[in-house]
Amino acid sequence: MRTVAVVGASLAGLSAARSLRSQGFDGQLVVIGEEPHRPYDRPPLSKEFLAGKIGEADLALEQDGEDLAAEWLFDTRATGLDRERRAVRLADGREVRADGIVIATGAAARTLPGADGLAGVHTLRTLDDARALRDDLALGGRLVVIGGGFIGAEVASTAYALGLDVTIVEAAQTPLAGPLGEAMGRIVSALHEDHGVRLLCGVGVKGLSGETRVSAVLLDDGRVVPADTVVVGVGARPCVEWLEGSGVALDDGVKCGADGHTSLAGVVAVGDCASWYDPRVGVHRRVEHWTGARERPDAAVATLLSWGAAEPGVLRPPYFWSDQYGVKVQFAGHAAGADSVTIEEGTPEDRDVLAVYRRAGRPAAVLGMNRPRLFTRWRKQLAAPPS
Amino acid sequence: MIPACRLADLPRGEAHRLDIDPPVTVFHTDDGEVFAIDDTCTHQDASLADGWLEGCEVECPLHASKFDLRTGAVDAPPAKLPVRTHEVVVQDGMIYVELSTDAPNLPPCIAARLAGGPV
Repeated sequence: MRTVAVVGASLAGLSAARSLRSQGFDGQLVVIGEEPHRPYDRPPLSKEFLAGKIGEADLALEQDGEDLAAEWLFDTRATGLDRERRAVRLADGREVRADGIVIATGAAARTLPGADGLAGVHTLRTLDDARALRDDLALGGRLVVIGGGFIGAEVASTAYALGLDVTIVEAAQTPLAGPLGEAMGRIVSALHEDHGVRLLCGVGVKGLSGETRVSAVLLDDGRVVPADTVVVGVGARPCVEWLEGSGVALDDGVKCGADGHTSLAGVVAVGDCASWYDPRVGVHRRVEHWTGARERPDAAVATLLSWGAAEPGVLRPPYFWSDQYGVKVQFAGHAAGADSVTIEEGTPEDRDVLAVYRRAGRPAAVLGMNRPRLFTRWRKQLAAPPS
Repeated sequence: MIPACRLADLPRGEAHRLDIDPPVTVFHTDDGEVFAIDDTCTHQDASLADGWLEGCEVECPLHASKFDLRTGAVDAPPAKLPVRTHEVVVQDGMIYVELSTDAPNLPPCIAARLAGGPV
């Protein structure tokens, strides 16, 4: 393999480029990034960066002096993949021909229909999003967060600390019930009300009102929630439109095997856009976690460089963290399919629980709140092969 | 040299934190080697003693940065700066640590606190 193109220049793309070099690829390496920025770290965008505690330089993912001998094309969007010519088409009309292709185009924030063009309405995914939101939060006033998932919860927590009046609107009866299950979703989302942040659950959003700038969020039940700033945190969709018709099989992202291979030889996919087969649970799923974007490229690059001959390694169970109101929330494994959850340490009232999810008696997932030491022990245990 | 703990009291795969300022942790690897590094992750305030020890590497318990216990080098982001390593001596079954005289790479929040600035 003489040329590899990595499409995507965030954590998954950078990690793939690093893995290519560390696994001995010494050919031409081209990394294509849609954003104008060098690779940066996204988790702080809803936390320390939004709070103004760290600056843009602190977000850099590359080490000082790091040189992967790659050609970086920033501010450049991929618009197509030509399987015959083995080429990535770019928005500016150019193309990059490559023997191997790593798809790492990530995901984009879902938006609210009808919110276009109204000032004060934000999503949060990119550095530019975070800059714009930070400027609006600095105005103070009332923030309404639509969606009680992790991004929404972290923005609410940061805005609360900045002194804003915060309301969260969540369509489901319990926030975070998807990733954490009902019982633990309730305990973690109780952090909001501990701090006087209003949490309105089980109600949808009908629309937004305002002339040029948003002034209120209109709820399905007729309530009107006044707002100076609105953050829409309703999930993300994989950025794979550019692959339609390319022959790369898509199904809620790029459909991949347990080693990152796609339906086309010489093409692998990693990060938020990739739906890997997970042998632990027997389904394809996208894992939109930082740790997945960091760890999986190594396996996918091994697949790419060996033309699929590499033995797929055993992946660690998915792990993510969230910081809210000074509480460190950590989760590893799969909550879906668990038939019991037990609190092994701590009490829900003190928000310091260590909870273990089990399926047929076997640990399937673990949740920690301010329990990093114990959490790591359980996380290691989850990753250990069944004995 | 600072006495840390008895080697016999630190099983393989375990870590022992010295509550000095800044804290230092002694790791006993699965292969039986003993290393000492600064306990605080250089990315954010987290105790590496609580982390995931695998081979000669420890992974931060919070954000999964990885450090090489032998050199202190960053093996995986988000951390960018190495941790200090300290010399370890085992004498008569006791682990001693000779503290590095280099400046530590503390995370921004801790460095600001030590400097008396805003947290």
